[in-house]
Amino acid sequence: MTRETNRYFKFDWITIVLFMMLVGFGWMNILSASHIGESINYFDFTQPYGKQLIFIILTVFLIILILSIEAKFYERFSSIIYLIGILSLAGLFIFGKNVNGATSWYGIGGMTIQPSEFAKAATALAVAKYVSDLNTNIRTFKDQIRLFIIIVIPAILVLLQNDAGSTLVYGSFFFVLYREGLPKIYLSIIVVLGLISIAALKFGPLITIAASAIFIFIFHFLRKRKPTLLQPISMLLAAIIITFGVNFFYKNILQPHQQDRISLWLRLEKDPDKIQKMQRDILYNLYESEKAISSGGLNGKGYLEGTRTTGKFVPEQHTDYIFSTVGEEWGFLGSMGVVIVFVLLLLRLLHLAELQKSQFSRVYGYSVTSILFFHFMINIGMVMGLIPTIGIPLPFFSYGGSGLWGFTILLFIFIKLDSNRINEW
Amino acid sequence: MRQFLLFFIIILVGFTFIGRLFYLQIYSADAHDILNDNAIRKVYDYPKRGFVYDRNEKLLVGNQPSYDVMVIPREVKPLDTTEFCSLLKITKEQFIKTYKRAYNYSPRLPYVFIAHLSKEDYAVLQEKMRKYEGFYIQKRLLRDYQTTVGANVLGFIAEATPSQIEKNPYYIMGDLIGKQGVELSYEEELRGVKGIKFIQKDRFNRDIGPYQDGIHDTIPKQGKDITITIDQRLQEYGELLMSNKRGGIVALEPKTGEILALISAPSYDPNLLVGRKRSKNYTRLYHDSIHLPLIDKGLLRVHEPGSPFKAIVALTALQEGVITPQTNVFCSGVYHYGRNGKMGCHCGGGNRDLVKGIAKSCNSYFATAFRRSLDIVPNSSKAMDIWSNHVKSFGLGQFLGTDLPIGKKGNIPDGAYYDKWYPDFNWGATTIISNAIGQGEILVTPVHLANMTAAIANRGFYYTPHIIKDIEGQELDAKFTTPNYTTIDKKHFEPVIEGLFDVYENNGTARSLRVPGIEICGKTGTAENFAIIDGKRTQLTDHSLFVAFAPKDDPKIAIAVFVENGHYGSTYAGKIASLMIEKYLKETITRTDLQDWILTYSLENEYQKPYSGVPFKINKQTTLQPISPEEVEKLKSKLNQSN
Repeated sequence: MTRETNRYFKFDWITIVLFMMLVGFGWMNILSASHIGESINYFDFTQPYGKQLIFIILTVFLIILILSIEAKFYERFSSIIYLIGILSLAGLFIFGKNVNGATSWYGIGGMTIQPSEFAKAATALAVAKYVSDLNTNIRTFKDQIRLFIIIVIPAILVLLQNDAGSTLVYGSFFFVLYREGLPKIYLSIIVVLGLISIAALKFGPLITIAASAIFIFIFHFLRKRKPTLLQPISMLLAAIIITFGVNFFYKNILQPHQQDRISLWLRLEKDPDKIQKMQRDILYNLYESEKAISSGGLNGKGYLEGTRTTGKFVPEQHTDYIFSTVGEEWGFLGSMGVVIVFVLLLLRLLHLAELQKSQFSRVYGYSVTSILFFHFMINIGMVMGLIPTIGIPLPFFSYGGSGLWGFTILLFIFIKLDSNRINEW
Repeated sequence: MRQFLLFFIIILVGFTFIGRLFYLQIYSADAHDILNDNAIRKVYDYPKRGFVYDRNEKLLVGNQPSYDVMVIPREVKPLDTTEFCSLLKITKEQFIKTYKRAYNYSPRLPYVFIAHLSKEDYAVLQEKMRKYEGFYIQKRLLRDYQTTVGANVLGFIAEATPSQIEKNPYYIMGDLIGKQGVELSYEEELRGVKGIKFIQKDRFNRDIGPYQDGIHDTIPKQGKDITITIDQRLQEYGELLMSNKRGGIVALEPKTGEILALISAPSYDPNLLVGRKRSKNYTRLYHDSIHLPLIDKGLLRVHEPGSPFKAIVALTALQEGVITPQTNVFCSGVYHYGRNGKMGCHCGGGNRDLVKGIAKSCNSYFATAFRRSLDIVPNSSKAMDIWSNHVKSFGLGQFLGTDLPIGKKGNIPDGAYYDKWYPDFNWGATTIISNAIGQGEILVTPVHLANMTAAIANRGFYYTPHIIKDIEGQELDAKFTTPNYTTIDKKHFEPVIEGLFDVYENNGTARSLRVPGIEICGKTGTAENFAIIDGKRTQLTDHSLFVAFAPKDDPKIAIAVFVENGHYGSTYAGKIASLMIEKYLKETITRTDLQDWILTYSLENEYQKPYSGVPFKINKQTTLQPISPEEVEKLKSKLNQSN
């Protein structure tokens, strides 16, 4: 074996093949969802499928670039990359271009670039850098706060640009920090917070507080070493504050369309007329996407034969709702295949991350897995109506240059880091 | 443990998604069906509905195009409303009102802006339609009646009801379907098969192009033309004669069973159920519970047959050998039976043989014949069964099996029928003696009587009455070309026919109704009838009945006429029967005196009596009610027009 071939075989080809499958199949579905009429000109650059083809071709160069750069570069320059990411997000407030109510784009010539797609990778590098620093002890409150700040700055910038979906993705770093030793109490807090929030909205404050009180005191009396009464009382107080806080947040902070999405998801509205109106107005996309998926049946209607896809019944089908095309044209078998490929990719990345010898690579790999997983979970969950509508793209699948490049950079930096793990000794 | 949190969650989400996919795509999804896919527009191409001709190849029902101005509000561009309104002959207010209604219905879907344009308006509008974006003209085919008569026979078409659509998947909302008459009976032949084009839509309901290059599309199959057995001139004449009267006339061709005329009075002009006023008119006809214009009295009006039934009583008695043509019965004007039973007879009294008995309609003669028929075996029930079978072989007491969608069974009692009525009583001929003169438990419809007359005219067989004469490129049902034989031997018919012929001769009950040059055999009938008025059973003026066939030796027409509350058989029904026969056989009327009489007198006051709320007189105590001379002239001019 020559040195030359050896170099190529260091890359994790399983991941690369899964990546290519997703990008290739994704493009086929974008073609189906965006072509008009019978004629298809693959290089018609006025059409999304033509543009996406260019994005994909350019991605090849991007990958070669990422893989040719020395692995150490990413660790060494992570802070600077993070800073550039933050600045590019902040710059949007001055130079940003407003598209559909969100100022998330830079307009350069005829193209638009969405920095938030790149900021995820930058944040992942920064988190990996900070966690892997020898002076960092994630069990100390000081470092927890600093990490929180690193993560929350881009998240808030994205939120201020009215892109709530992308903000949520920053929540995925919880998995990373938890893996690296974040105290278990945070996991409990998140679970309890989630339960109380849902209960507060679904059953109202009184029932929620009463139920919390019962749980807290049962827990208290079952404990062998009983602390003072102060602890359960303060816990109850916290529950009360959370309950009312959630209600306040829901009623006064969330915008009406966000309220409606949650209201429908938790089935809060009881008036059938209002539900119908809400479904028609807000859930139109979801209704059509569920219908398209459902109409696919076991085998689907065949590639380019989906009547609801061809008829453009699902708005934004080539972007956030691309999975409904798979559902309609490829049926249960095809959709299940896509889900399985995603799960395999995620598990492969998780496995690779655990194999890393350097903490930086491991944390970064974990970040990549978590970010991709969040996108996968939220996007497909939304398209199938399992969670409220949150607009984020399906990685490698959805139409969009920034998204594709953002995810490619995110993934291939890790592939590069992984290929270097033998040299790290 | 920390390493596995994300691992487990990924696996969990993967399985949740596959479970959700299974629920959406396998568990709750129907197989893809292009007919029910609302992403595909189905454009239906309706074929020509078959034409209907009468037996002389005169067109009765054709098609007429109807043009509706349709609008799709969101496609409408600013237009010159003043000009457009003047073209459509509407006011600007109407325009705005209709437009708003269309918009509220749906901005995207076609809405009927103006229904049923006249041909002239269409011609003018068609040229300029391109100027008005969002508006277009939709062509439909409606029925075009070339006649004003025979509504009950022709029936009508209307939009299929939801239950019809559910039963037969061929039909979709808005499809027209035969609802009555031949339109219903021959719906499948007449309608043809519509063609379907599948067109891919987008979510704004716009057409994109043919779905899968049109491989699922079908072309329409034209409806078949049919010829019916009705003689339009005879039908028209009969309906005219029935002006101001109620009842039914059924005329058959004995040699074939073809229905020459099927008249129900009062009826309606079939043109009422076409076009813009259809629904209003239909509602009015449907709710007219006094005149019942939608009920075909020729097929549905159940009544006691009265004296015409005596011919059957005679035939059964002859067949069973209990009388001969020479059998003599003395009539004293009353027939005594049982301990103190009495049945009156108005034949005038005297010695009666078969021919005279029929000619004079002698009750005593037929009571005797009936009684003897039931005495052939000691068990009355068994004897009644034998008698009942003979009678039923004339098609009575059962559905005749015509090809019209409606009918009534009538009633011919048998032994079991009376065993049930008199479980503890040894009933006999005298218990049920009214049957001898066509009353009691015997019930028929006019078409039963006409068919019975045809069987007598044929000397012992009949063809199932039918309305269809020819279907383009199709054989007739064998049941209409196979004779049904009665249980009576041919030889027994001659004396009975002699008697029926004598009805028109010297002393017969219809001697005044003779038509020069035609040998008619007939029988009058007068049937008692009752109505429940304010909870009391009240007798009304008798129904006037008449059956006849002609010519005697080569019968070409057999007819039954039933005129409600017309009193004697010869008063109304007999005159009408003679005129109809003459009309059919000779085309010109020599007995204009009869015709004038029939046109002049109305029975409307008779029909008002039960509703008047005051006591009223019947039968002989009634007076004839002429209509005004102007009205008579109107009817006569109508008559001349149709000739």
